[in-house]
Amino acid sequence: MSAGPRDYGIPGTPIFDGTKAQKGYALNAMCYSFNSADNRAAFKADEDAYCRKFGLSAEQRAAIASRNVKQLLDAGGNIYYLAKFAGIFGLDVQDVGAQQTGMTKDAFKAMLVEAGR
Amino acid sequence: MATIVGSVMTSHVPAIGGAIAKGRQADPYWKPFFDGYPPVHSWLGRVKPDVAVVFFQDHGLNFFLDKLPTFAVGAAAEYPNADEGWGIPTLKTVRGQPDLSWHIIEGLVADEFDITSCQEMKIDHALSLPLALLWPGGGEWPVRVVPITINHVQHPLPSPKRCHKLGESVGRAIRSWKSDARVLVMGTGGLSHQLDGERAGFINKSFDMLCMDALVNDPLKLTRYSAMDIVREAGAQGTEVMAWMAARAAMPGPVRKVHSNYHIPISNTAAGLLVLENEETALSKAA
Repeated sequence: MSAGPRDYGIPGTPIFDGTKAQKGYALNAMCYSFNSADNRAAFKADEDAYCRKFGLSAEQRAAIASRNVKQLLDAGGNIYYLAKFAGIFGLDVQDVGAQQTGMTKDAFKAMLVEAGR
Repeated sequence: MATIVGSVMTSHVPAIGGAIAKGRQADPYWKPFFDGYPPVHSWLGRVKPDVAVVFFQDHGLNFFLDKLPTFAVGAAAEYPNADEGWGIPTLKTVRGQPDLSWHIIEGLVADEFDITSCQEMKIDHALSLPLALLWPGGGEWPVRVVPITINHVQHPLPSPKRCHKLGESVGRAIRSWKSDARVLVMGTGGLSHQLDGERAGFINKSFDMLCMDALVNDPLKLTRYSAMDIVREAGAQGTEVMAWMAARAAMPGPVRKVHSNYHIPISNTAAGLLVLENEETALSKAA
């Protein structure tokens, strides 16, 4: 097996498979912990210490610092756990979608409405 | 023996929880979505289910990647909802029906499904919000539940064909349960949507229409797709429709569409609703 990500042939669509699941385990474990309000508060109080506790790789730590969804996905993040991370900042899935597509949130929302026509 | 009174398939977008909590059902954004549900309330008032067997997905509340079952059946006396980290209110605990849970577990294992049984299980928005949509009144939920999760967090996902067979087996188990209970089968999630990647925001109305039609008239048609085909056609998270397929397969024989609704968008999602009844049940009621 090659170490690189597998191409599933669906453009613009990350597939969270075994390779990603292994790579992203620490990052996703941290994001899973954000189900708890106490843990969200602990992260906000001392982000560095909280990330150290979960043993994030340098790439994952940089992705968390960047707040950039693409970087977080590339670092092995799973969108459902990342959504819990986004929730800390009051961001919803449309903010997340807008960021990944390079649109404003309003333009992203207009695109969704257009899909219904 | 228990009777399957019908099936309700519905989207479960987390934002619905916020809209309910803030009373936004009549807002222009939400109205076309919430207007789909009063006919379901009337139908439920007629068929009066005691138990709901619910196919859904856990989105990282009960299961983490440390132990992630492909299919899991709840066998608890009660199932709490809990904080999911994205700010939607926690809903009421749901009572279980462990006797039916174990009967379904026995049936599935006899049918060679290597499922996971859970005597403790938290249920996330994918189960709590559909209950809130179906029974918006206060007080205890009027049904007990058997939750059945289908992995949709980590690939490889089970195939649509396998989910169909899962549903068939669960349907047989329900109908052989020694009880006079009236059982509703539910499938939650979907329809087309994608949250991650440059294709985020992808919605495919024509594929959703194809699914909603096939679920009524030709459910086997959907079993010819692979899980990856569904990702391509319905978006990365559109694979939730496999819970609808399982629910449909639990219904014996031909079905009649009681009601449906479809609206784009709710959050990033094409929201669907489908209510099915067995033709047999419909006839015996008329007689």
